[in-house]
Amino acid sequence: MTDVAFVLALGDDALIAAQRLGEWSSRAPSIEEDIALANIALDQLGVARLLLTYAGELEGQGRDEDALAYLRDDHEFTNVHLVELDNGDFAVTMAKLLFLSAYQKPLYDELAASPDERLAGIAGKARKESAYHLDHSAQWTVRLGDGTEESRRRMQAAVDRLWPYTYELFETYDVRPQWTATVEDVLARATLERPADSQAPTGGRHGVHTEAMSYLLGEMQVLHRAHPGARW
Amino acid sequence: MSEDSVRPAPKHLAAVAEDAQEQPARRDWPLWEVFVRPRRGLSHGHVGSLHAPDAEMAVRNARDLYTRRGEGVSIWVVPSYAITASSPDEKDAFFDPAADKVYRHPTFYEVPEGAAHI
Repeated sequence: MTDVAFVLALGDDALIAAQRLGEWSSRAPSIEEDIALANIALDQLGVARLLLTYAGELEGQGRDEDALAYLRDDHEFTNVHLVELDNGDFAVTMAKLLFLSAYQKPLYDELAASPDERLAGIAGKARKESAYHLDHSAQWTVRLGDGTEESRRRMQAAVDRLWPYTYELFETYDVRPQWTATVEDVLARATLERPADSQAPTGGRHGVHTEAMSYLLGEMQVLHRAHPGARW
Repeated sequence: MSEDSVRPAPKHLAAVAEDAQEQPARRDWPLWEVFVRPRRGLSHGHVGSLHAPDAEMAVRNARDLYTRRGEGVSIWVVPSYAITASSPDEKDAFFDPAADKVYRHPTFYEVPEGAAHI
């Protein structure tokens, strides 16, 4: 039987990524990009809902997607640090999305063949969306990296800053070889340097998060906690 | 994003390209006209326009803006400056003479039942 913690971890990655991406709404560099980022955020949210609902059923304690999303504290979330970090500038956001989708794509590809039919169904839907997220972030990484002096400086800084957080992605499910091949190809096309391997922050999968996580949850959960069961 | 974006007297191609190179800021991203084919067997139809730094991004933006509810199976994007439009001033000369020539309209025979898209 599928492990609750595994499904919950993937659901938390998607949920927190969606929340962060949603912050760009009405603030993206162009209206076209605004809609693209909102679409990607909604894709992540859609997958998060399916995974959290399934995790709640596996757990068997009557918690639904809302209970899991809105009524857990930060130490109960098991998402990786990468998705909770601040958006930074547009280059940081694109680097985050590149690293995340280069992981989610092969992960969902493999899970789509899982003997667990429920999980396979969710992954089968999500893999197509991840392919698009990967394409979108790769396009921008290449344009910014191989762009102006300023865009290149920012894109390289973003990749350097986030690189240490990528190791944690593979603690739960190791698709690092596929991830590395994808990311190295994009960085090469973007004429960016692949950062050297280094020490890697960890702990997200065990509920140990960065400071950014508490602020994110504060904003995400305030309405539900102030008005339990609120509906539109 | 309106029909106004297709202007009757487009700037010369080279001039637009030169402008874009001099000022690569967001406001100078070129405008693209988007055509979507709703399904196989039909033609691409104009659905609107958007800004994008290049053709590849224009196709992707078009996907997000115009096909997110499954509206299409194929997308074309065309730089707006590549479109030459008829001038509103020439409307009479262009279109009025067609109005009184009924023999140009296929109204003198029956369309067989079941013939679609005619």
